[in-house]
Amino acid sequence: MKFLKYATLCLSLFATTASLSSCDKDDDAPAFGEMSMEFENVVGSSALQLSGTTPYQTAVGDQFTVTTFRYYISNIRLKEADGTEFVQPESYYLVDEALAPSKTFTIPNIPTGDYTSLTFTVGVDSVRNVDGASRIGALAPGDMFWSWSTGYIYTKLEGRSPQAANGAIVFHIGGFKKPNNTIRTISLGLNGGVIQIRKGRTPEVHMKADVLKMFTGLNTIRFATLSNTMGGPNSVLVANNQAAGMFTVDHIHGN
Amino acid sequence: MLPPMKRPFLSGPCWLLLLLLAASGCRPDADVQPNDEVPGTTVPGNFPVPIYGPEKNPPTREAFELGRTLFYDPRLSREGTISCGSCHQQFAAFANAGHTLSHGVDGQHGTRNAPALQNLRWKPNFFWDGGPSNIETMPLAPITNPVEMDETLDNVLRKLNADASYRRRFAEVFGGSGPIDSYQFLRALAQFSAALTSANSRYDHYARGESGGTLSEQELRGLAVLRQKCGSCHAGELFTDESFRNNGLDSRFPLDSGRAHITGRGTDVGRFKVPSLRNVLHTAPYMHDGRMATLSEVLDHYDHGMVDSGTLDAQLRRPGQAPGIPLTAPERTQLLAFLAALTDEEFLRNPQLSEQ
Repeated sequence: MKFLKYATLCLSLFATTASLSSCDKDDDAPAFGEMSMEFENVVGSSALQLSGTTPYQTAVGDQFTVTTFRYYISNIRLKEADGTEFVQPESYYLVDEALAPSKTFTIPNIPTGDYTSLTFTVGVDSVRNVDGASRIGALAPGDMFWSWSTGYIYTKLEGRSPQAANGAIVFHIGGFKKPNNTIRTISLGLNGGVIQIRKGRTPEVHMKADVLKMFTGLNTIRFATLSNTMGGPNSVLVANNQAAGMFTVDHIHGN
Repeated sequence: MLPPMKRPFLSGPCWLLLLLLAASGCRPDADVQPNDEVPGTTVPGNFPVPIYGPEKNPPTREAFELGRTLFYDPRLSREGTISCGSCHQQFAAFANAGHTLSHGVDGQHGTRNAPALQNLRWKPNFFWDGGPSNIETMPLAPITNPVEMDETLDNVLRKLNADASYRRRFAEVFGGSGPIDSYQFLRALAQFSAALTSANSRYDHYARGESGGTLSEQELRGLAVLRQKCGSCHAGELFTDESFRNNGLDSRFPLDSGRAHITGRGTDVGRFKVPSLRNVLHTAPYMHDGRMATLSEVLDHYDHGMVDSGTLDAQLRRPGQAPGIPLTAPERTQLLAFLAALTDEEFLRNPQLSEQ
């Protein structure tokens, strides 16, 4: 009993001290806010529709439809005009066109401020590729993970094309080893816009991801010659296209 | 006079106690390996620092036993017939005895011989081509391979979650009340695969200067031949340098390009992982496709059976002569004698590693 009394006393003392010190801290501690990101997948000027009946057309006229479209967005960073940077810890998201909730997510605990640029990785950093079984939900091994040659598939696009040799297009972009590393980090300005992080507000950054840009830009992809890639040099061609202009900040809601 | 005995000499519980005492007294190696230690927890004194050290996934009795149950559970395959243990048998150092190629679901065959599973903590990557690079995610390949277990991870988790005993055991190990997830499944399986340390051959006792570590004159000569003629690839205490090499099996590799399958590089065509020589007497057949049934055939190959090709390992080339490693008749005998001293009976029979 004596011990119990003593322990209770200790605990209450501790609690009092803790609450006092947290009161102190509140005055000069930086405030935090949050923002949300929404990824809208498009094909040129049209919204992407999975398994649609009307085929899309690449810049050079190849026709295609899309049945699966997923990609990893990771390691999100925000920068203020003075260079102050916010790096989101454990920042991994899997955007899946077939799962509406996966296309919008909230980034919490951002120090308040005016952020003028946005950086993220399309894919998964090399460390996490070989880290074993992951506790992070988006990284749980599934059909975006290669078991036969360890690593995540960073972008998966599957569909049909009359130009493809067997009628199918299979673009599994992944790999982290030189010279076929397909991890791409993209920094985007906000065209004069600002992401204002404030307590109690949730600005929304509306992103567009253009499927067409996977096949055009630095390298023109023709389905007659390239309709199936699962890592390797051909995947690098697509990754370079993705880095060159697939993702844009369309607009920002101040909210 | 004492009355005649009416009761048995000892009551039931007493008998049980005596039996238990007797059993524990008879248990061999009780002092060598404390019974409460999970196998593979201690890093052997003659081994290098492991890549997947015990601190990466601290062994516990419950987690290890859960991993063992998973390893021997055929429900990990699509139609419930093939477990990891089906093709990785303990008495063969967890290789597949007598099988050039193993049987997958529906009796299908792949293109490669099931490798031994031993000392996996020390491996930088896995399989004959080194594709998987983490012991935890490595099992996903055989589980999902259509000619092996042909199952999906989601289905495996569904089956495990439908089993009350698994749910209870996973909750004991990982806590929480949620469903069994891929992290828990793969970490538990790795508790068992990482426990497969083989380090108690007669050679090991010799290397560590322990009792029972006596090698004969013949075996010592064999060790010297091995270090001199085979040791640049079958290097160190693990008897492999974990590299990928073309050891002159074929001039072309149309069925299986080996390491090139992973890297896509022409220079890697025909290169396969150098296997360990530990327990090699028990891991027949040999080579990535199991084409050689005996060690004698293997030595014949190195001595005079090699085929040249563009990626043949430089160490096997000899200027102006056919490639290979010439071995005299006494050297062969000595080598074979030494290789027998690499058998770790304790590992091959450890009841803790067997299906329960």
